Amino acid sequence: MKLDSRIPSGPIEQKWDNCKFEMKLVNPANKRKFTVIVVGTGLAGGSAAATMGELGYNVKCFCFQDSPRRAHSIAAQGGINAAKNYQNDGDSIYRLFYDTVKGGDFRAREANVYRLAQISVNIIDQCVAQGVPFAREYGGLLANRSFGGAQVSRTFYARGQTGQQLLLGCYQALERQVNAGRVTMFPRHEMLELIVIDGKARGIVTRNLVTGGIATHLADAVVLATGGYGNVFYLSTNAKGSNATALWRAYRKGALMANPCFTQIHPTCIPVSGDYQSKLTLMSESLRNDGRIWVPKKGRDSRPPGQISEDERDYYLERRYPSFGNLVPRDVASRAAKAVCDEGRGVGKTGLGVYLDFGDAVRRLGRKVVEERYGNLFEMYERITGDDPYSVPMRIFPAIHYTMGGLWVDYRLMSTIPGLFVLGEANFSDHGANRLGASALMQGLADGYFIIPYTIGDYLATAKLDRIDSNHQEVRRAENAVGEQIKRLLSIKGKRTVDSFHRELGRLLWEDCGMARNAKGLRHAMGKIAELQQEYWRDVNVVGDGAELNQSLEKAGRVADFLELAQLMCLDAFERNESCGGHFREEYQTPEGEALRNDDEYCYAAAWEYTGPGQAPALHKEPLSFEHVHLAQRSYK
Amino acid sequence: MKLKLHVWRQKNAASAGRMVRYEAEADEHMSFLEMLDVLNESLITKGEDPVAFDHDCREGICGACGFMINGVAHGPMPGTTVCQLHMRHFKDGDELYLEPWRAAAFPVIKDLIVDRGAFDRIIAAGGYVSASTGSAQDANAILVPKKDADRAMDSAQCIGCGACVAACPNASAALFLSAKVSHLGLLPQGQPERNERAIKMVAAANHELFGGCTNIGECEAVCPKNIRLEFIARRNWDFLKASCTFREEKAAAGAG
Repeated sequence: MKLDSRIPSGPIEQKWDNCKFEMKLVNPANKRKFTVIVVGTGLAGGSAAATMGELGYNVKCFCFQDSPRRAHSIAAQGGINAAKNYQNDGDSIYRLFYDTVKGGDFRAREANVYRLAQISVNIIDQCVAQGVPFAREYGGLLANRSFGGAQVSRTFYARGQTGQQLLLGCYQALERQVNAGRVTMFPRHEMLELIVIDGKARGIVTRNLVTGGIATHLADAVVLATGGYGNVFYLSTNAKGSNATALWRAYRKGALMANPCFTQIHPTCIPVSGDYQSKLTLMSESLRNDGRIWVPKKGRDSRPPGQISEDERDYYLERRYPSFGNLVPRDVASRAAKAVCDEGRGVGKTGLGVYLDFGDAVRRLGRKVVEERYGNLFEMYERITGDDPYSVPMRIFPAIHYTMGGLWVDYRLMSTIPGLFVLGEANFSDHGANRLGASALMQGLADGYFIIPYTIGDYLATAKLDRIDSNHQEVRRAENAVGEQIKRLLSIKGKRTVDSFHRELGRLLWEDCGMARNAKGLRHAMGKIAELQQEYWRDVNVVGDGAELNQSLEKAGRVADFLELAQLMCLDAFERNESCGGHFREEYQTPEGEALRNDDEYCYAAAWEYTGPGQAPALHKEPLSFEHVHLAQRSYK
Repeated sequence: MKLKLHVWRQKNAASAGRMVRYEAEADEHMSFLEMLDVLNESLITKGEDPVAFDHDCREGICGACGFMINGVAHGPMPGTTVCQLHMRHFKDGDELYLEPWRAAAFPVIKDLIVDRGAFDRIIAAGGYVSASTGSAQDANAILVPKKDADRAMDSAQCIGCGACVAACPNASAALFLSAKVSHLGLLPQGQPERNERAIKMVAAANHELFGGCTNIGECEAVCPKNIRLEFIARRNWDFLKASCTFREEKAAAGAG
């Protein structure tokens, strides 16, 4: 298979304009003749469904939550980047592009990232017009703050609830189209199969999570905006329901999965407190603007932080990276935290934690200003830990937060299956091996509001789709596959719960395919995961039946997919013999312990093709070229 | 700590429900939902149906979770969703009654899960600014005084969990819809549709069988996001003004 990324011709500044002009249009009267399925209602899916509804397409939109407003984008805290340069501090589209390519450690596609930076400015305009209450200065202008990996202030925010406000703006636009009859909403529905006819994506099979009913929905194109797969680790900052099932079932139908080992570990999360832990809670990266990260200089120092004097503290990020200090990118900050904990200098009962201290900020700015900036985050921290961060430093530790890998898409966001488009975190395209803070919201909305509405039109105008009906043998086959899997899961009646398998899988991955990886560990994990998978299909206990609301059954299907995905992640990490961004292979590091890329051999996106059950997947490479941001060792010193 | 739980069990919307007693074990650092996770794991191991409850982000922002604990929506801690409620606020031997939201507009689906689709339909009736993608001007072209933006944000924080309805003796959705009416009504972008918005959203809420508001204030007391009662006054003002000045809308974009 030859991967064609369809990057438009011309200088990088003009590629998107050229592309938009070259694309065929669907005339307004014909748009209503096309049906488009959108799976997922986060920032990418919600904005795509709303905008395509506005344009006049027939949109059918699905989410597993009880309302589209609850998609996990809602939990994003810190902000959204845009190259507005409102602060007059030297920002530009080119600088945002540069920072994002460099932050991604040169494993993203330049043309996509440039387009993202261009569109960033339109996103802010659109959101403000919808009534998103961004933070403002006293004069009424929009306020900005800084985020990791950047030296300009380009992040727009709504307290610590930016994702919530952006998603509500997008949800309201979506509901407006529901009201207008342009979008039909299917909440509490889960996509379990992709229907591919004559090589093109033509629909999905869903399960109604309330009644258990299996149904087929046919369409002219399918858009997946189902988020990332961080929950493969069981413990992550993702919502409990976030899953990889839609992606994985598309992969099994022929869509290529790219860079699955590129996962992001967020440096500032609340540490694990016990075995019952169900998820991890993020503390926004924006806290690193004013909070200072430190550990005691000497190991196993169990004194309370207030008794450790200034000269006994090691502000290790400020020491190691004087120019970016506490605002180094996430992968760098996470690894540095791991390093000090490995040296035995971690804090808290488990020794797996570092301090994030606001003492200086409160003295410098006053409690009121700190409260206004971070009040809701401090409250959340206090609710969970019982400690007051105004007086005691927060304890934080890295946790799985985001997945840069995802289904392979071309410049037009189409996967290797024609008619299957993938948006937001679910695709692989823009963040390379590490995503910068406040860029996920930007990408989700860029894909949904401003890219897919154009590119899907070109596909629909040129695809020459045959009429199909639900009696087509591929439809029957897909429905049967769904029914068979549900029956099989319910009939095992083993001894172990779904969650117990999921936890075990998560521990395996965290140990061997987490913050640091090596060939031996990855080989070990692949063997263990294969054993766990066999045990799963022999000994899992799923109670209840399929024709009712059954949360165990929902989880069981998702964990079955996670087990397969975990294998591919380890294989991808094993095959990539270099360190880059969040993928840190211990064998490949600089003398200072920084990630050491191997551009001669690994300057490509690794796209994996499913070749059948139990078969080794096939690797396809999309070479990456860097004409504008020159390949260099990242330095934040 | 050991707890005695009485949990509402109901197989589906069509069947009758009842309270069932369980013994549960908890650690003080657990969240309330983690305590239920542990209970459910033990039920599954015994081959019994686990207690169904809605939850997703477990960070207090998605609004999926929520049920009554001893008659209080989201339990005893003010400004806290049940997913953020931790067991350190309970003590050994506590007896807790868990029930779903009770309201005609929120039918029970199973156990502690209710159908809150009515909230989406209220938003669909008018809880938005009609700003189609691509038509926006520069974001800084319209100034918004900081105090207006801050107040709009105060009301925009609503997570749509439904606690206000569950706590209200009238099962009124007044706090929920006034949060949206106020959020958009406080911003310049929300002005063109301000009056129609109030009328349409109130009409939709009445249609969904939510009750009227009699300013009791239970909603404010349980709201996990501290949405204030004053927003209901704002909604009433918008609604009254709109009712007095109401005119039929002409077709969009005019004739010709």
